[in-house]
Amino acid sequence: MAEAQTTFVNAINDTLARAMRADERVIVLGEDVAQGGPYTATAGLADEFGSERVINTPISEGTVCGVAIGAAQAGLRPVVEIMYIDFLTLALDQLVNQAAKAHYMSGGQLTVPLVLRTQGGSGSRAGAQHSQSLEAWLAHVPGLKVVMPSCAADAAGLLQSAIADPNPVVVVEHKSLYFRRELVEDPPDPVPIGQAAIVRPGRELTIIATSRMVGEAVDAAERLAEDGIEAEVIDPRTLVPLDIDTLGESIRRTGRAVIALEAVTSGGFGAELCARVQSAAFECLEAPIERVGAPFEPVPASPPLEDAHRPGAEEIYAAAMSAFEWDKPEPVAAR
Amino acid sequence: MSSLHAETAAGLLATMWRIRCFEERVGQLKRSMQVHGLIHLSIGGEGVAAGVCTRLRDDDGVYSGHRAHGHAIAKGVPLGPLMAELMGRSDGLCRGLGGSMHIVDTGHGLLGATGVVGGNIPLALGNAVAARLRGADEVTVVFFGDGAVQAGHFHESVNLAALWELPVILVCENNGFAEFTPRSAHTPVERVSDVVAPYGFERATVDGGDVGAVFEAFGEFLAAARGGQGPMLLECLTHRRRGHYEGDSEEYRDPLVDEEWAQLDPIARLEQRALGESWIDQAGLDAFRSASRVEVDAAVEFARNSPFPTPELAAELVYA
Repeated sequence: MAEAQTTFVNAINDTLARAMRADERVIVLGEDVAQGGPYTATAGLADEFGSERVINTPISEGTVCGVAIGAAQAGLRPVVEIMYIDFLTLALDQLVNQAAKAHYMSGGQLTVPLVLRTQGGSGSRAGAQHSQSLEAWLAHVPGLKVVMPSCAADAAGLLQSAIADPNPVVVVEHKSLYFRRELVEDPPDPVPIGQAAIVRPGRELTIIATSRMVGEAVDAAERLAEDGIEAEVIDPRTLVPLDIDTLGESIRRTGRAVIALEAVTSGGFGAELCARVQSAAFECLEAPIERVGAPFEPVPASPPLEDAHRPGAEEIYAAAMSAFEWDKPEPVAAR
Repeated sequence: MSSLHAETAAGLLATMWRIRCFEERVGQLKRSMQVHGLIHLSIGGEGVAAGVCTRLRDDDGVYSGHRAHGHAIAKGVPLGPLMAELMGRSDGLCRGLGGSMHIVDTGHGLLGATGVVGGNIPLALGNAVAARLRGADEVTVVFFGDGAVQAGHFHESVNLAALWELPVILVCENNGFAEFTPRSAHTPVERVSDVVAPYGFERATVDGGDVGAVFEAFGEFLAAARGGQGPMLLECLTHRRRGHYEGDSEEYRDPLVDEEWAQLDPIARLEQRALGESWIDQAGLDAFRSASRVEVDAAVEFARNSPFPTPELAAELVYA
């Protein structure tokens, strides 16, 4: 199969165009989508498919999300874009109370084949209202599938699967990944929802990372390799439903785990990952599971402060070393 | 006075009595704990449900709110599965998983009720977008109360519906109360139809207790929407005979005396007119009520004979 050079955001754009060519039920709607949006994810679609299928909307996130839900229930395959995940707060009522519950509450009469694309994450010096990682809120709601691609191939592959899925899927992208040059299969293969990827094999430590932190984890693993530690890096790719088998199997082999997400650690999805893999691999664990994430503070705008707030390879490396340096205490004598 | 004729009046009376008898029984069953959850009855508002929904086809979409039983019945939803849903049974419309505030019957175009006030107005717009893209002449109707008008998604939806000229008809049941609080304490705008004026909506305010007025005004809007025009807003001034929910002590308002209620009751008013115009005699009117009671008895029997759903049944509907 041929390979082609692209970027994360072009892979999304190309996937949307292919899906719209293949299925006239696929529509795209959101703020500025006809002009391509601030990151060019929908560039050129309006020219090819017209304003009836590439629908510019006012800044009304809640209602736009609801329109997409209603259209999905009526048989269309809407891909709605919420420009920043920070603004998804305005659409959560629609997503949580309508989209996530319609199939169940209607006894299966309604289905909601909705895709909601959004992007989050820090790194653009834009301050605390344009830089958050809020995926934990989405993963907490029964009825939403949640995917977080970390590379162009997965962005294309997961989006294909999301559009084909009969149920609502939220695709959480990361702005810092959009313009990296990457090689992908041409045409890209679909990536099944609910399937983790072993990004780098290893046998002494498992690093579970999502989104931008996958690349950081690979960097950390290379540095660990220089120290003689072979770390495995796994990207769950889908948060809901979670591929716990792949994660658990890895940790049962390695006995040590670091969980690395960009979001603030407290109350985050890393806590869920930690609890789930602990249940799956408890008897094989050689050390407590380490978590890496941002401090429990808003994302600052000032560059040096944002850089300090933003977790990366260095924090993952330090957490990995902690997992190796942990000494098992003597058991407390029975009273 | 609206230009009703005998046959139409008979159909509207039959529908309103079905709703009234069904809901009176639901109230009793709630008090005896056979119907579950939060129950909001539309007694007093049957004229809006009947005047609007009896005009619609099965493939016209209706969305409703927490006070949805009347809209469902007028849209053609069968009483047995509706009652079974309220009683949490597996033969309910939604297999017992939705309950009173979330009834759906896609076969009859009841596309969804919601417990979030006004929360599905955007969905109605989406349904209209899909119909237009298919080239269909289906019309979408969404019911909500005057309390929903103070919510942000109402205003966003009004703007979008007007911007996109969608064939959607917003039907506001203005009963003067948002839960326990009178409209005057929530907004300085008296008429909901005035709220949409700047957007160029076709709009009207009618006496919702006069089912003929609702039927006539809605009919004009429907004809235009069927031809692809829109959006429209029909504000129906109604009286909520019961509390916000069954069990509401209603300390926030004075009870009506019988003479006042007779002036507001859409059934009593149409019956009086029907007798006055000699469309029907008293025995004919009584027959509507007794037929509805028989039908409601059968619905309760159907529901009682239906088992509660099992966890296995519910698990079939979980996909993530």
